[in-house]
Parts: sequence; structure tokens; C-alpha cells
Amino acid sequence: MKRIISLLVMNEPGVLNRITNLFSKRNYNIESISVGLSEHDGMSRITCVVHVESEQISEQITKQLNKQIDIIKVTDITEQSVVARELALIKVQSSPQSRNEIYSLIEPFRASVIDVSKDSMVIQITGESEKIEAFVELIKPYGIKELARTGTTAFPRGTQRQSNQKTNFSIV
Amino acid sequence: MVREAALTELKAETETVTGADLLMAALEEENVEVVFGYPGGAVLPIYDKIYDAKFLHVLPRHEQGGIHAAEGYARISGKPGVVIATSGPGATNIVTGLADAMMDSLPIVAFTGQVATGVIGSDAFQEADILGITTPITKYNMQIRNLEDIPRIIKEAFYIATSGRPGPVLIDIPKDIAASITKQPEAQEIHLPGYQPTLKPNFLQIRKLAEAVSKAKKPVILAGAGVLHAKAAAELLAYVEQQEVPVVHTLLGLGGFPADHSLFLGMGGMHGCYTANMALSQCDLLINIGARFDDRLTGNLVHFAPHATVAHIDIDPAEIGKNVPTLIPIVADAKEALTALLTHMEEKPDQAEWIAQLRTWQEKHPYHYDKDSPNLKPQQVVEMLHVKTNGEAIVTTDVGQHQMWAAQYYQFKNADRWVTSGGLGTMGFGLPSSIGAQLADPEACVIAMVGDAGFQMSTQEMAVIKELNLPIKIAIFNNQSLGMVRQWQDFFYQSRYSYSKIPVQPSFVKLAEAYDINGYTITNVEEAERVLDEVLHTREPVLLDFRVDSEENVFPMIAPGKGLHEMVGVKE
Repeated sequence: MKRIISLLVMNEPGVLNRITNLFSKRNYNIESISVGLSEHDGMSRITCVVHVESEQISEQITKQLNKQIDIIKVTDITEQSVVARELALIKVQSSPQSRNEIYSLIEPFRASVIDVSKDSMVIQITGESEKIEAFVELIKPYGIKELARTGTTAFPRGTQRQSNQKTNFSIV
Repeated sequence: MVREAALTELKAETETVTGADLLMAALEEENVEVVFGYPGGAVLPIYDKIYDAKFLHVLPRHEQGGIHAAEGYARISGKPGVVIATSGPGATNIVTGLADAMMDSLPIVAFTGQVATGVIGSDAFQEADILGITTPITKYNMQIRNLEDIPRIIKEAFYIATSGRPGPVLIDIPKDIAASITKQPEAQEIHLPGYQPTLKPNFLQIRKLAEAVSKAKKPVILAGAGVLHAKAAAELLAYVEQQEVPVVHTLLGLGGFPADHSLFLGMGGMHGCYTANMALSQCDLLINIGARFDDRLTGNLVHFAPHATVAHIDIDPAEIGKNVPTLIPIVADAKEALTALLTHMEEKPDQAEWIAQLRTWQEKHPYHYDKDSPNLKPQQVVEMLHVKTNGEAIVTTDVGQHQMWAAQYYQFKNADRWVTSGGLGTMGFGLPSSIGAQLADPEACVIAMVGDAGFQMSTQEMAVIKELNLPIKIAIFNNQSLGMVRQWQDFFYQSRYSYSKIPVQPSFVKLAEAYDINGYTITNVEEAERVLDEVLHTREPVLLDFRVDSEENVFPMIAPGKGLHEMVGVKE
């Protein structure tokens, strides 16, 4: 099952290496990881999406991450109501004939075209992973020349629906 | 007046320090008494200061020996072992020791030299990315990038290494930082917002455990090295005597509970004793205190303690529930948890039947070997060493058959007398770790029990023993083979002894003589009696080459993939 883990980490050299190292050492598989500055000075937020076989393993991941000295806070936000976004840039082949057709696909996905050349165009799309996947599938027949995705970044919504908050791994 | 003012000003200006000075001051601040180090290019600025240092500097003959000695020192003294190695090969030579200390939770602070900041990343002479190499096998590691940070970083390193679940910390110091000059920096406080180990147990969980104990019919305590790290042997004894819950030890926990106590069942696990393993298999309440349910202890998890409610006291929350589902988790220091349990005790469990059952097992199925054999049996050697030192010696070992016999037959009376490489299983550990152990307790009788193969992985450290005239007794269990490998090949690979026999050996006695250490070859029990009486209590180093039965196997044994109750080689 897919888990989204949000980490608040010290912005020290080698932190990302520590985290990816831990994943490979313990044989966990990362699907995506995104890193950037956070609202705190000197701290970054990392969002990892991992695939695990059981709750027990995702609990281990959380605990092992918590042990890291440079990691301030670990939250498994999968069960929470979250806002999760990913950005993708897609360079797709386009001829003057197909351009309009592509535009008609872009609109319902609220994607935007950010560059156009003689035989290709670059589309930017943001949203949850599933939406991006759906769009990519749709656009594939036109010929994707290049594709770049940022991976999911996420955090909990300001208001949580109570029924959704259940998993708490802290046993302290 | 003017001249005087000018002079003070001049003095203030000249009050500068180098990075190496700051390092020396920080070590002094931490009350470091012994440093195991090996000089080299990148640590020359540091070694220039060590020339005048107050602490004892021990020069191992190989960096790996240095860090194993530091591990032995840490295990016996409870203080962090300090290691210095140069950049590149010096640093990579301590890697095995770091991994070993990580597995067995030993506090180590290792300093490695690094090439100068300006050439890092250019594949400079003796450059190695030691932070990258050691990230997975250290509790923490860091490189010093600002001279002013040295005092704080070293304070943090000692704090991290010794607090919570102890472990190795590595600090990488570029040569230019050690050499460059600065004004005495202002003191900085430790700043580790992401590191706050939990020491105090949760009261509700303690009460839950106390209730579970009072209701149990077949309780058993599994005590690991966490008891020793927390210095909780006295609390454990008090608790066990009040509640009368029998105790099983892990390999690394030995000594945490006195072996001659009537409620001690022995060591559990792959080569543990029958009673201990059956107790773990059949108990209805298993209280794990500071053990990590290692696979060598549990055997096949499917068959492990199938009827038991599991309670687990551990300072590392990640260990709880890692291998065995746990109903009563208690994140705490073992001493704190036991103290809390002592004050919240309920009625004693009703377990007369259980104790009677355990007694029957103990009588029927003790450890056994062929005592009538004309060959010198390794078990017999350990038994003799035990008797002649009254169970009070410090014992260090390598890994393998001799390690298991030492664990089975040396009945430790006291805590912190046992130094062995448990988790990583490092050959060549026993001899150098005995050096650190002896330095930590100069009065103690220290026996380095080693195999003939493991001994040859760190023979060179005899030079240190002689140089410091440490009265270490090196007991080689010489079976001319890699005994445990041979045993497995015997059982699981149709006795195809692929490179596990070492028929060509040096004369260990002559080798000892080369280091000016007296050596004895011992081939039978009478010789052993005579020589041990003569040399065991001298204040000189001695090498004893016991020519033990090379066909002897360690029993009982649980084959890989089997449960604890499926022991073979049990005395019938």
C-alpha cells in the first residue's frame, strides 16, 4: 500500500543522503521524494511516497526515520485528509493540425501550455498523482518527447475530518 | 600604565588557538583518559598536540585493532571509547569496528582526518568519502566545516554516543581546519532539536505490565544488553527476587543477572540451553528487557513464544514491534523501567508449577559434552578457566564455536565482565578488545578467548599488550579450523569442508616469543591444570595455545529456519 510520509528535517549537509540511505539499508522502496525549504528557518520539509506491504513495515519506517538525529518530526499523513500536489512538465509532439485537439484536452485538466515551438509544445500540469497519470495517458498517443515530474509534496489540511484521524504510531 | 595596557592588548591578540587545540580542550572537557589512535598525514596537526596530551594514547598496530580496543574499553568502563585515525585508509580501516559498535550499541567517538577543505572531492591523496561510507553504520556522523564549531560538535558527539541507545559517532576533521588558527571561540550549547531520547516509562504501560505479571502462570524475563547499558543489574535482581520470575539472557546480556542464581535459566537462542529455549517457547508472558529479538535468539519467528503476551522494555522505540508483535510496549531506560516496576508491583504470579517444570528441564537437559574423551575438550577448558577465576574474570571473545562455549560454560557472576562481538560477529575482535577491557579495569583478570583463525586476524596487537605490559591471558582454542563454518558444512553441506580447515599454522608459542610474551602449548587436561595454576594469576601477559578436539561441535543447536523448541544435540 502507498504511504505518504512528511518529514521536517534540519537543513544540514547530508540529510537527504541519510534518509535515502536508511531506505536502502532497510530495504524500503521509495516511489517519490520531494525536498524544499519549510516555514522554519534552517529546516526543510521532505515528502516521501513509499510502497509497503504492511502497516508493520510503515510503522518501522516511521520509527527508523524518527531515530535520525537530523529529523525533527515524522508524520505518516496517509490516513489524514491532506492536500497533495505534484507538478509535471510534458513536451509533446504537435503539428499545427493537432495543436487545437491538444488544447481541448488541456482545458478540462486545468493544465497550461508554457512553451510552443514548430513541432512541439510544453504543458505544465499540477495536481494529485492520479490526475497527472490520467493526463499523461491521454496525451501519450500524440507522442511524448520528454516528461519530468516533481514527485508528490503534501501536508495535512487545516481542518481534519475527525473520522479520518486514526493511525498514531507514537507509543511513548 | 600605557605600556602595560599595550602589553595586555598584545596578549589578547596572541591568545589564539588552532583547531587541534580546540579538539584537545574538548577531549579534556569530556574527561577522556584513553585514546586509541594511529597517526598519519591528515591528522599530523592533531598528533602534534597529542605529543603533549595528558591522556594515555595507545598505538594499536592496525586501526581496526584500535577501534576494537575502544569497544572493549567502552563495554567495561561504560564510558565512550575514543578513536583517532587518519584520512583515507586509516578511516576505512575502522569501518568494521564502527559497524560492530553500531550493532552492539557501544558508545564510540571516532575522529578521522580528512584532506584539506580545498581539495575535498578532487580524489586527493588519501582521500575517502568517510561520511558517505559510514552513514549507515554510525549513530551519527559529521564533518567539521567551521573551526568555531569544534567545541560544540565534540560535545554533541559525546552526548549522542552515550545517551539513549548508545552507538558510534564519527567526526571528520579536514587537515586545514585542525591546523588553522582562530581566536578562542565563544562557548556554544548543544543544539539537537531532533534528538530527545525517552528515558522515563509511561505509567499506564508499567501498570499494565505489573497486572500481566501478577496474572501470569508461566512468566519469563528475557534480559539483553540494555540492562547492562542502563547499569540496571541491581534493579533486575531486586525485581526478579521479589516477583520470582525466571530469567533468560541473550548472548550480549550475559552477566546482567548472576549465573549462579536459582532463577537463572541460562542463555537462549541458537546455541542456548534447553531450559532457556523451552521457557521462551512455552511461556505465557515474555518480558523483554533491553534485547532486540535478534534472529539468532528467536529462531523461526513463527514458532517464537506462540502462547505469550509479549512486553518489551527498550530505550529504542524502533526495536519494539520490529520482529515480534508486542502487546505491552514500554519505551524507557531499563533502569528507570525496573525502578518503576519495583514501586508498582502487584501480587506475585502463581507459578509454582512452572518453576517445577523448569527445574525438571534443568536437571534432565543441561549442557553436555564427552567428559571421558582422551582429547582436550574446549568446553572443559572454559569450565577450568571459570573455576580458576571464580567466575569473576573479564572474558573477551571473537566469533564462532569458542564464543558459544565461552557463553555456555563461563558462568558470569557480575555485570560488565563479558565483551563479545554479538551482532556483527567479527573475527579478530577478542584480542584487541581485551586491551581496552584491561585498560578500563587494570586490576581485573582478563582472558581473551579466541579461535586460532580469529587470532590470526589481529595477532599484531600482541605488540601493544607487551608494550603496555597488560597481564592479559590469551587463550587460543586451537582446533585448526574455522570451527563454526566447519560445523555448518558438517551439518548442511554434506561435510564438504570448503576452506574451513587450516592445517598449516604458525607456532603460536614462537609467535608470542617474538613479541616477548611467554607461550604454552597445552594438549591435555593435566597440562592445562598445571599451566593455568602457574600463570593465570600472574601480572604478565601469557599466550595459551589449547590444542582442543578439532571435531567438537556446539550443542544444542537450532538449525536455521527452525523454532526454538526444535533443538538438536540435547542431552537425553
